[in-house]
Amino acid sequence: MKVYVVRRVLAVIPVMIVVATVAFVLLHLAPGDPASVIAGPYASAEDIAKLRHQLGLDESLPVQLVRWYGRLLRGDLGDSIFLRRPVTEAIADRLEPTLLLTTWATLVAVLLGVPAGIVSARHHNRAVDQSLMGLALLGLSIPNFLLGLLMILVFGVWLGWLPVAGYVPLDSGLWPNLRSLVMPSLALGLVQSALIARITRSSMLDVLREQFVLTGRAKGLSERVVVYKHALKNAIIPTLTVIGITFALLIGGAVVIETVFNIPGLGRLIISAVLRRDYPVIQGVVLLIALTYTAVNLLVDLAYLAVDPRVRYQ
Amino acid sequence: MSVAATAIRDDVAVTAPASPRRLWLRLLFRRKIALVGAVLVVLDVLVALLAPALARWDPQRLDVKARLSPPGEAHWMGTDDVGRDVWSRVIHGTRLSMVVGGTVVLLSFVAGIAFGLVAGFYRALDNVLMRIMDGLMAFPGIILAIALMASLGPSVANVIVALGIVQIPRVARIVRGSVLVIRETPYVEAALALGVADLAVLCKHVLPNCLSPVIVQGTFIFAAAVLGEAALSFLGVGVPPQVPSWGNVLAEGRLYLQQAPWLTLFPGAAIMTCILGLNLFGDGLRDMLDPKLRGATLKGE
Repeated sequence: MKVYVVRRVLAVIPVMIVVATVAFVLLHLAPGDPASVIAGPYASAEDIAKLRHQLGLDESLPVQLVRWYGRLLRGDLGDSIFLRRPVTEAIADRLEPTLLLTTWATLVAVLLGVPAGIVSARHHNRAVDQSLMGLALLGLSIPNFLLGLLMILVFGVWLGWLPVAGYVPLDSGLWPNLRSLVMPSLALGLVQSALIARITRSSMLDVLREQFVLTGRAKGLSERVVVYKHALKNAIIPTLTVIGITFALLIGGAVVIETVFNIPGLGRLIISAVLRRDYPVIQGVVLLIALTYTAVNLLVDLAYLAVDPRVRYQ
Repeated sequence: MSVAATAIRDDVAVTAPASPRRLWLRLLFRRKIALVGAVLVVLDVLVALLAPALARWDPQRLDVKARLSPPGEAHWMGTDDVGRDVWSRVIHGTRLSMVVGGTVVLLSFVAGIAFGLVAGFYRALDNVLMRIMDGLMAFPGIILAIALMASLGPSVANVIVALGIVQIPRVARIVRGSVLVIRETPYVEAALALGVADLAVLCKHVLPNCLSPVIVQGTFIFAAAVLGEAALSFLGVGVPPQVPSWGNVLAEGRLYLQQAPWLTLFPGAAIMTCILGLNLFGDGLRDMLDPKLRGATLKGE
């Protein structure tokens, strides 16, 4: 088991090298000289030269790449060209809304998805199951930004129950903060819950056919104990993986949802950076997200060891 | 989100003991649903092909006097903030979505299958290639696409390239997984022993046997590409704003949600029916093509 943990942790290293290289390549993928592209069509030759030096573009490619790795190891993401401040600072400023949004959305997804999956599996092929799965399929077919727009239309514009857009920071009080995040979290989490419901249902169905479930029922355990104590424990493992995998969808979705609801988080940061060709910011945000995603999946894999003894003794 | 469609490869099918009659009924039901999906997809393809005939106006034509007019006789789906006909823009948007979806599938298939075959067949290259694929997959799809669009610049071709690159590692992984199994089969061993060239073995014996999971994945890649284009354009980093695209119309709709909800509702309905069709079709196709895949799909993720 120790070997497994060490191997799994070490496997992250090549992934991170590729991730760092991809982020580096991004700057050089643009046609022409990156410095003049960033500076824009009206920049003077002098400005371009200055920028080229600032970005280290006057060195040879291998030297640039090695420097890039070195800087990343020190946690230095460079300075934003447009905001004229370190990228790490710019990111730190925008972290709160994105973190809260993804956390709430995950809660929505799990709290709706897992029970829906269990109910569906228990009533396999009956009306409840079929309508829940129909809903799930519908949920998977609606892009989250469209769901967000429709929610704004119904609850913000027509009914006037919730703020149409905008973000109230946590500092201004928990309640206003929550109110501003209700619709974005639902729009983001509902699509996710559809996915989780489908996985939970199918793994629950697999487990319910196992011998130990039959044994449990045969020795007279109540259906509740069989389903929630014995079956769920085994069925939750694939769901755990899905939560790890869907984290990518969640963080990607958050970027889009932030635009829908005008939330000043990482998503708005990267989109405005793209529009301004502020490459250090783009690279920084992309790296941070990839790092987080990799870490989440590492944690999920390690959580297996805690949840499933069968993996532990392999 | 946009990748939602690729990740829905959980299994839906479960075979509880049932009488042959009920089993048959259930298969029929499932195929009927797949049929509904296929009809929706064909409908979209037809609309795409017939777009110039179906559109009643030039999708780029400005009519500022008629700006933000509600759906009516002249403009079935109303007009946008510069007076362009929404019906014509949604119809031409369908064409764009189909082109993007189709070419992204093609691009990711060609590159992904090539990488997958090589990685699965040659042990030496496997580690290097798959680590690169892992690295690419460490980026959430839409984030990688956004970053690539920043470097490539806004255009339809670049959207296709960016979304294609996102999907390549996913195809490569599935193909590699199948190749690892097929490589060990007696018929491949026999072909190699007979002195058949590697390339011939790969193309003639290995490739055909690893296609069916890839084809199923193709429907989900298509859906992811359609969603991806819409999301990128909605964010303003996809196709240029004058190009008629579902995402572009939705981006305008966001600004006029209160005055002109039709700018959101009609393209929204178009996206939903398209993705629903692809998902239904993909689910059905998987059940029909490869019953073994049921329950095993997540492991290939």
